[in-house]
Amino acid sequence: MTADLVQETPRRLAWQRRRRSAVRFWQQYRTHRAGLVGLAALALFALAALTAPLTVGSDVAGVTDAPGSPLQPPSGEFPLGTDRFGRDLLGLVVWGSRVSLLVGLLAAVLSVVIGTVVGITAGHFRGPYATVLMRITDWFLVMPALVLAIALATVMTRSLGTVILAIGVTSWPTTARLVRAQTLAVESRPYIERARALGGGHWHVMTRHVLPNVMPLVLAQTTLMISSSVLAEATLAFLGLGDPTVISWGGLLQDAREAGAVSSGDWWYLVPPGIAIAVVALTFTLCGRAVESVLNPRLGVAR
Amino acid sequence: MQPTAPDAASAAVDKAAVPAPAGTADRGPRARSTTAYLRYGAGKAGGAAVSLLAVLVTGFFLFRLIPGDPVKTMTGGRPISAEQLAAYRREFGLDLPVWRQFTDYCGKALTGDLGTSYQFRTPVIDKIGEALPNTLLLTGTAFVLYTALGMFLGTRAAWRHGKLGDRLNTGLALTLYSVPSFWLGLLVIIVFGVGLGPVPGLFPTGGMESGGKEGFAYVLDVAHHLVLPVLTLVAVEYGQTLLVTRSALLDEMGSDYLTTARAKGLRDDLVRRRHAVPNALLPTVTLVFVNLGRTVAGVILVETVFSWPGLGGLFYQALSVPDLPLVQGLFLFFASAVIVMNTLADLIYPLLDPRVGR
Repeated sequence: MTADLVQETPRRLAWQRRRRSAVRFWQQYRTHRAGLVGLAALALFALAALTAPLTVGSDVAGVTDAPGSPLQPPSGEFPLGTDRFGRDLLGLVVWGSRVSLLVGLLAAVLSVVIGTVVGITAGHFRGPYATVLMRITDWFLVMPALVLAIALATVMTRSLGTVILAIGVTSWPTTARLVRAQTLAVESRPYIERARALGGGHWHVMTRHVLPNVMPLVLAQTTLMISSSVLAEATLAFLGLGDPTVISWGGLLQDAREAGAVSSGDWWYLVPPGIAIAVVALTFTLCGRAVESVLNPRLGVAR
Repeated sequence: MQPTAPDAASAAVDKAAVPAPAGTADRGPRARSTTAYLRYGAGKAGGAAVSLLAVLVTGFFLFRLIPGDPVKTMTGGRPISAEQLAAYRREFGLDLPVWRQFTDYCGKALTGDLGTSYQFRTPVIDKIGEALPNTLLLTGTAFVLYTALGMFLGTRAAWRHGKLGDRLNTGLALTLYSVPSFWLGLLVIIVFGVGLGPVPGLFPTGGMESGGKEGFAYVLDVAHHLVLPVLTLVAVEYGQTLLVTRSALLDEMGSDYLTTARAKGLRDDLVRRRHAVPNALLPTVTLVFVNLGRTVAGVILVETVFSWPGLGGLFYQALSVPDLPLVQGLFLFFASAVIVMNTLADLIYPLLDPRVGR
């Protein structure tokens, strides 16, 4: 702790160890075929969403100068047909991926951050604080998350922030439970006692020793959470609780239903957004399960 | 909402914490097991009471988060006179101080008075009472079918772990699990209800009855309407049971007692049915109940899509207005129902597995 040399060496060692474990992780992840397929699909979706301003542009969402006539079936000009305003559905689905993925990602991050903070502090500080926290967690765990999210979204103003908040604050308890269990396991190891004996405070133990150890679990959980957040976003948008001014996959489905696509049998209007939602959710689930089974081979899933 | 839940839970946890450890601390001989179970049960029931109280408090504060006046939301922005506004405020008790509103609300909610719906002008509890049997019919049928199907397929998948059948089974379940239930419902309506191309629709596209039928014809008619919503619910929900059963059974697969059973010369089929499955069933039962919240979500969406006159359909109608007393009442109802079901599962669990609750 005194000279630079002493501090440098253990840190470099730690980084080397981390790099080695990352390489080992990748080597094991590579053996999960489903996980690789998920990763590839994920890269494609990310690419499509990031390059959407170049490939389709924000003009696709405009209602006034729509290129086609309303509700055209798929054709050479419009590979997926047109919507009720005559807009190109392919462009809309690609454009909608931006909002759906962004909301899914942010809501998942919010939920995992809440879950991790609750889990680590509940595992680190024992006593009444942890009891109360875990009681609250259990309460949220049994609550129907969607009903709570719907209630939240109903009483707040319609915006993307509302949707992210509604999904984020209702979906964290699983993460909190997992992280708490891992924290308890980590804190029972002797090196934590050593760190305390050397004068490490609560903050030091939690951020320097516990957090790096629960991080892999947190990453796996984030991946799985994104999948359910994307579904939740679509659900809220479908129920008319999303931001009505932006294009999202759930919103497209709601448009389709309102336009009477179901009773007139316009299947091409309904299929693409739904497939996009399902494929993205499946992709994240596959990646998450592969990460999980690398970290915890006893689970024996997705092999 | 965030600040209210901790307050409620923390205030109540102190009370509940007293009976809770008693159930786990008692390690007495078998003669005392009934007492131990009663203590365990009392602890669980106390916890459930606390949770229900938290739901009640959340329900109150959640619906007072609304920016602006609920009366304005209710009138949908139409201009109304100051007298009308005052009359409405008095009718919904909004002119009272918040603590009076809260005590009134709690007193009424505990006696089953959940307020009056804005749009139907009838008591919320009556609307719930009307819709409940329809929801129970739909959910009950689907629950029995998807649990049975999930357990059956999950057992098969785990027993033939890693084979082609397992992969196909698990893959299909995972795919259907990822599909949004409302979207699947819409597609099911197009394919089987409206009909695709030359194929005519075989089933009604929505609702619960065609009307004007009595007796046996009525039952058949309702069953006919029930097919598509149940199909959709089963398709999106069975995957969860399948995956849980599968992993629970996989946990048991390496156990010594199974090797012993095989060494005794029991047929593979018997080893599975009599030895492995009963042990794997226990975690499955709990998880099925813990995941009830997900099922509630599925029911809301499926009922909305199929215009089923149940609680989910009612919730959607209430959302689009928004009819706040009705949304609030249904929120309280759904949350309480899930908590009660979970507590029942907790109470049944030690009867199934003597290791729990001692």
